[in-house]
Amino acid sequence: MTEQSNTVQAELIIEPGRTEKNYWNDLWRFRELFIILSWKDIKVRYKQTVIGAAWGVIRPLLTMVIFTFVFGRLGNLDKGSTIPYPILVFAGLLPWQFFASALSDSSNSLVTNTNLITKVYFPRLIIPASSIIVSLVDLGISFLLLVVVMFIFKFVPPIQILLLPLFTIMAFLISFGAGLYITALNVKYRDFRYVVPFIVQLGIYVTPVGYSSAIIAQKYSEKIRFWFSLNPMVGVIDGFRWCITGEPIYMPGFLLSSVVILLFLWLGITYFRSTEKSFADNI
Amino acid sequence: MPLPVIKAENLSKNFVIAHEAPERYQSLRDVIAKKAGNLLGQGKKKSTTKEEFFALKDVSFDIHAGDRVGIIGRNGAGKSTLLKLLSRIMEPSSGRITMRGRVASLLEVGTGFHPELTGRENIFLNGAILGMSRNEIRRKFDEIVDFAEVEKFLDTPVKRYSSGMYVRLAFAVAAHLEPEILIVDEVLAVGDAQFQKKCLGKMEDVSKNEGRTVLFVSHNMGVIAQLCQKAILLKQGQVVSYDSAFNVINSYIAMDQAGTNVYLPSDDTARRKENFFTRIASENEKGEGATDYSFDDGIVLDFRFSLKVRTSNLQIGIGINDKLQNRIFTVLKPIDFFRQNGSNEYVGKVKLPARIIAPNIYSFACAIWTREGHVYDYVDNVCPVKIHDNGTNLALYEGIDYGSVIVDAEWFS
Repeated sequence: MTEQSNTVQAELIIEPGRTEKNYWNDLWRFRELFIILSWKDIKVRYKQTVIGAAWGVIRPLLTMVIFTFVFGRLGNLDKGSTIPYPILVFAGLLPWQFFASALSDSSNSLVTNTNLITKVYFPRLIIPASSIIVSLVDLGISFLLLVVVMFIFKFVPPIQILLLPLFTIMAFLISFGAGLYITALNVKYRDFRYVVPFIVQLGIYVTPVGYSSAIIAQKYSEKIRFWFSLNPMVGVIDGFRWCITGEPIYMPGFLLSSVVILLFLWLGITYFRSTEKSFADNI
Repeated sequence: MPLPVIKAENLSKNFVIAHEAPERYQSLRDVIAKKAGNLLGQGKKKSTTKEEFFALKDVSFDIHAGDRVGIIGRNGAGKSTLLKLLSRIMEPSSGRITMRGRVASLLEVGTGFHPELTGRENIFLNGAILGMSRNEIRRKFDEIVDFAEVEKFLDTPVKRYSSGMYVRLAFAVAAHLEPEILIVDEVLAVGDAQFQKKCLGKMEDVSKNEGRTVLFVSHNMGVIAQLCQKAILLKQGQVVSYDSAFNVINSYIAMDQAGTNVYLPSDDTARRKENFFTRIASENEKGEGATDYSFDDGIVLDFRFSLKVRTSNLQIGIGINDKLQNRIFTVLKPIDFFRQNGSNEYVGKVKLPARIIAPNIYSFACAIWTREGHVYDYVDNVCPVKIHDNGTNLALYEGIDYGSVIVDAEWFS
C-alpha cells in the first residue's frame, strides 16, 4: 500500500489520437513486466526439450562447420588470411544468428501474444523488446563456444574484444528497429510472417557471414563495398570481426550501416507507436 | 461534491465492417489485388459495402469513489467494448474518459498464464501482467496461495492442474490486486460455486470495506443486485438507464419483451376436441404480455377456453414445469367459477404468487378435465417464462440445482 499512497494520483485522460505524455513513464513503470516476460520466454524456450540449452551450442557449431566447408573449402574464400577460417566464420555467425532469431521472434511477438494485447493494458513496446532477450542469451552461449574454439586454435584475440558489447548493442538495435516495424505490420497484414524467414534465408548470402567483407573490395571495388554496407548487418559483422579477429573496420561502410540502423530504429518506433492503439482492434 | 473517479463524456467506438472481407486481419496480397482490381475498373462492380457499426455511441456517465457499479445489457450491447475502453486496451473513436486513480482491469481470469510454468512462476507472471510489482507479489504470495488452496501443487506446471485449480489460482492473483478502481468482466462464470462465493466475498470486502470503486459486468442479475448499488443498462451501445441496481435490473427484465408468448390451438382442434383452450398467454400484473419476470413479480396466466360438453365436475388445472419438465406445483379451479364472454368462450386468469418460484426457466401445462380424471384437453410446454434473480440469497448459486422454490424458513437456536 505504501508505494501507492505515496504516488500522487495523476489524472488520466483517454481520448482518441492523444499522444500520451506519460508513455515513456509507463514504460519505466512496467519495467518489471519486461523483465518477467523475458524471463518467461527464456524459461519456456527449453521446456519439453531433451537436450535443452545444448541447442544453443549445437546450432552455431554445426553452422560453423558447414560454412567452413562450403565457403572456405569449396568457395576458396579461406585463402590469404592469417586468421583461422573457422574463427572468421564464427565472428560473423555470432551476430548473424542473433539477428536472425531476434528478428523472427520479435516480428511474431505481437501476434503470438494476442491474448495479452486484447485483455490487458501496458506499453506494447515491451512485447517485442522482451522477445529479443532470449536471443541475447543464446548469443552469450555462442560466445562461450567461440572462446572454446579460440582455445583450440590457440588464437589470442586483440584487446578491442572488450568493445564487443558495443557492437552487440548495435545488433540489438537493428533487430529491434526492424522487428518493431514488421511486428506492427504483421498485426494488420499477416503476410509479413512470410517475409522474415525469407529475409533470413537470403540475407545470409548478402551478408559477410561466410566471408570477409574485404573480399568485396578485392573482387569488385571500394565503391561496391560502400554500397554493400547499406545492409546494416555488414557494419555489425565488420564490428564483431574487428573485435574478435582484429580485421580493420572499413569506416565509410561502417558509418553507412550505422545510419541505416538508426533509420530503421526511428521508422520502427514511429510506426509502432502510431499503430499501437489500434492493435487490439485489428489483431 | 467530489470529482468523479471515472468520467466518460460522449464516448463512442465504431468499427468499420467491410462486407467483402469477413476476416479480422487483412492480407497485403488482398489489398494489392483489390487496388489492382479497382485500377482496372472491376472494383466498381463488386462495390465493397463498408458499414459503420457503433459498438458504443455517445456514452456519458460519472462514477464516484467507492461506487460499485454493475454494467448490464444483452449480448452485443457494448459492455465489453466499454470495459476495453476504460482499461485502455482500445482507443475510443471519439469522446473522452477522465480517470483518477490506479486502475486494474480483470477481463479474463489468468491472462498470460503459461501452461509450462509452475504455479509459483505463474503467480509472478500473472501478477506482473496485472500491474503488480514484484515486491507486492512477494508480500502477498502466501495469502494468494492460501486463497487458491494450491499449496501442494505450487511447483507443478499448471498444465497438470485441474481446471478448477487453474481458475482458483488465477482468480486468487487477481483478487489480491489493490487498485483504486477495479474493472471486472464476467470472470466469475467459471469455477465452482463455492469458490465463486469466496471470490464475491473478497470483492465485496474490497469494495465495501476498503472503499474501492468497482465496475462489474455480469449476466447474473442476482450477483449484480447483491454486489452493486448502482447499475448502467446498455442497449445497442447506448446508456438506457443509470440508476440504483434494483431499478435497472427491473427495467432490463422488462426490456424487449417477446410479446408473442401466446398459445393458440391448431386449426383442427375444434373438430377433434369438445372442450379445449382457445388461447393461453403469460402476462405481468399490469396485464401486459410478458416472458421475463423478476423474483418479486407475480406471473399471470390469461386463458380462454370453449366448452361443448359442460358438466359440473369439470375443472381447470394449471401446472408449472421446470426445464426438465418436472412439475413444480399444480393449481385447480372448478369450472363453475368462470364466466362466459360474448362468443361462447370462457375467460379466466390465474396469478401465481411472487417470491416463491426460484429464478429459472419454466413453462406451463394446462388441462380441462373432470374430477374423476377424464381429460378433455391437455397442453404442455406452453408460455415459457424466465424468472430472473434480482438479489435472492441464493443468487450466487445460479445454475446450480438448489430447488425450485425459495421459502423463508424460520430458524431457531
